[in-house]
Amino acid sequence: MLIASRKLSPTTLITMLVVLLPAALLVALLTGPIFISPFDLFEIYFRPTESGNIQEQMILSSIRLPRLLLGCFIGISLSICGAAMQGLFRNPLADPSLIGVTSGASAGASCVIVLGGVWLEQAAFGLPLVAFGASVGGLIAVVIVYRIATSATGTSVATMLLAGIAISAVAGALNNLFSYFADNDMLRRISLWQMGSLDGANWQRVTIAAIVALTLIVVLPRLSVALNALLLGESEARHLGIDVERLKRMLIILTAIGVGSSVALAGVIAFIGLVVPHIVRLLIGPDHRYVIPASALAGAILLVLADSLARIIVAPAELPTGILTALLGAPVFFSLLAQQRSLRSGAV
Amino acid sequence: MSLCAQSISLELGGKPVITQLDIQLDPAKIVTISGPNGAGKSSLLRVLTGEWTPSSGNVSMDSVQIENCSIRKIAQSLAVMPQHSSLNFAFSCEEVVELGRTPHATGTKIDREIAHSALESVDGDQLAKRLYTELSGGEKQRVQLARVLAQIWQPEPGQSRYLLLDEPTASFDLAHQRLTLDVLRRLASEGVGILVVMHDLNLAAQLADTMVLMKQGRIMTTGQAEHVMQASLIREVFDVDVSIVKHPRHGRPSALL
Repeated sequence: MLIASRKLSPTTLITMLVVLLPAALLVALLTGPIFISPFDLFEIYFRPTESGNIQEQMILSSIRLPRLLLGCFIGISLSICGAAMQGLFRNPLADPSLIGVTSGASAGASCVIVLGGVWLEQAAFGLPLVAFGASVGGLIAVVIVYRIATSATGTSVATMLLAGIAISAVAGALNNLFSYFADNDMLRRISLWQMGSLDGANWQRVTIAAIVALTLIVVLPRLSVALNALLLGESEARHLGIDVERLKRMLIILTAIGVGSSVALAGVIAFIGLVVPHIVRLLIGPDHRYVIPASALAGAILLVLADSLARIIVAPAELPTGILTALLGAPVFFSLLAQQRSLRSGAV
Repeated sequence: MSLCAQSISLELGGKPVITQLDIQLDPAKIVTISGPNGAGKSSLLRVLTGEWTPSSGNVSMDSVQIENCSIRKIAQSLAVMPQHSSLNFAFSCEEVVELGRTPHATGTKIDREIAHSALESVDGDQLAKRLYTELSGGEKQRVQLARVLAQIWQPEPGQSRYLLLDEPTASFDLAHQRLTLDVLRRLASEGVGILVVMHDLNLAAQLADTMVLMKQGRIMTTGQAEHVMQASLIREVFDVDVSIVKHPRHGRPSALL
């Protein structure tokens, strides 16, 4: 039976999302400055020379396909890391950036943009130097936060939150410092990077994002029962047989990898990690066994659709994706919150 | 078969919280612990569950040192009900109670049935579909009680069962205080060893096989209610004067301020 205030049963929502994801991917594949008809898709992709569509085939295989796959995998990583962080902090408003990854990565990227000079376009490990700087920055931030919050008696989540805020402040200051010394071109690069965009998509990036997303999809659901118990409190979870220290360590490492790599690959895409799990929870309740897969699917759909819009809304130019994820996600979030409030006041 | 602490001491930040304390919890017995605030009652619970390691002395469950037991194994036989709960995610009450089945591998169907019976036993069947976050303090506490009951609803083969509760009746109305005492009595008769931290001496005297009075990390006195409930002892522990009278119905001693 359905709980009164929940809109959907978990299976209904997950089924809907499983149907919607391929539809969203198809829409993203077809839309753009050049629209491709769904009926020609097969012809264009598999028989480009015969049908005289070599240019369209190029657009599909080297621009749109990697881009939508990158969006799909990053959407998955960001949203399930968000679900994991909200579980870890036992706060539905926690955000993956709380542990300092995002701000650390931003500072790292700005540092490279400003100081990188002539090497800026060079690649390291298949990634542009900026992405490399972001990974290093994010990693340093997480390590510092984790070190500060961990003592002989375990990892304190409250201290970690404060340390995350402190490290974000430091990273923000560094960011401003680099921006202050940057010239106009660098400034534009920094601010565009902080809005997040999938426009740098290529198959190398897709591969990295896919490995990370698949790792998270395989590992996090195994922790969902433990995460449910953790919502009761740390000692309660322990009394239910959960190794809480190990759980916290795993969650922090996985989130650092998930968010760090996403920021490195596509800049700061705001909002998804915070709002997608939250929306899912409002619809089907907080059970992580369903919240994690549903968030993964919904995150992928939201990011892929937002990116399609970003490509056509001001075509032939394009908007940074991060702007659209917020613009698309926020109204859904608002309406759910409003409904939830009216439901509550109706019940009392 | 017992949950047993031998000459344990605990220091927190260099300050002694528990000093040279022995306590034993046997199956089918109810032990109550009372004492002024800061006497170390809750700390003692944490040491007994293995959550905190004592500075000296040792804790054993069924003759095995507790630090050698896996966390899951402990959770299969030992349930703990905390004083406060911080759950602020909108689980339904039956989902909260089902969380009590986490350490067991009995399957969803049996877990559902157990959760249902556990809720029923605390007069909470009408709460099942309601959201935990929308309940009153007393209702939340009843759901938490059902959760720990579900955790030790049936014994794992070859393992005994223990239940530790920190102020379970604090936010209950009279009817549910009565209900809690009955539930705990029935559990004890099924062989569960129960340790309850209780401020209300009269409830403790009614419930306990053994009463313990603690002060400043030490056991001041322990024994049957008739032995412990003496004006002079209570004056020594709580620093108040009380009159002890016999309860007109069951004859257990009661303390009147």
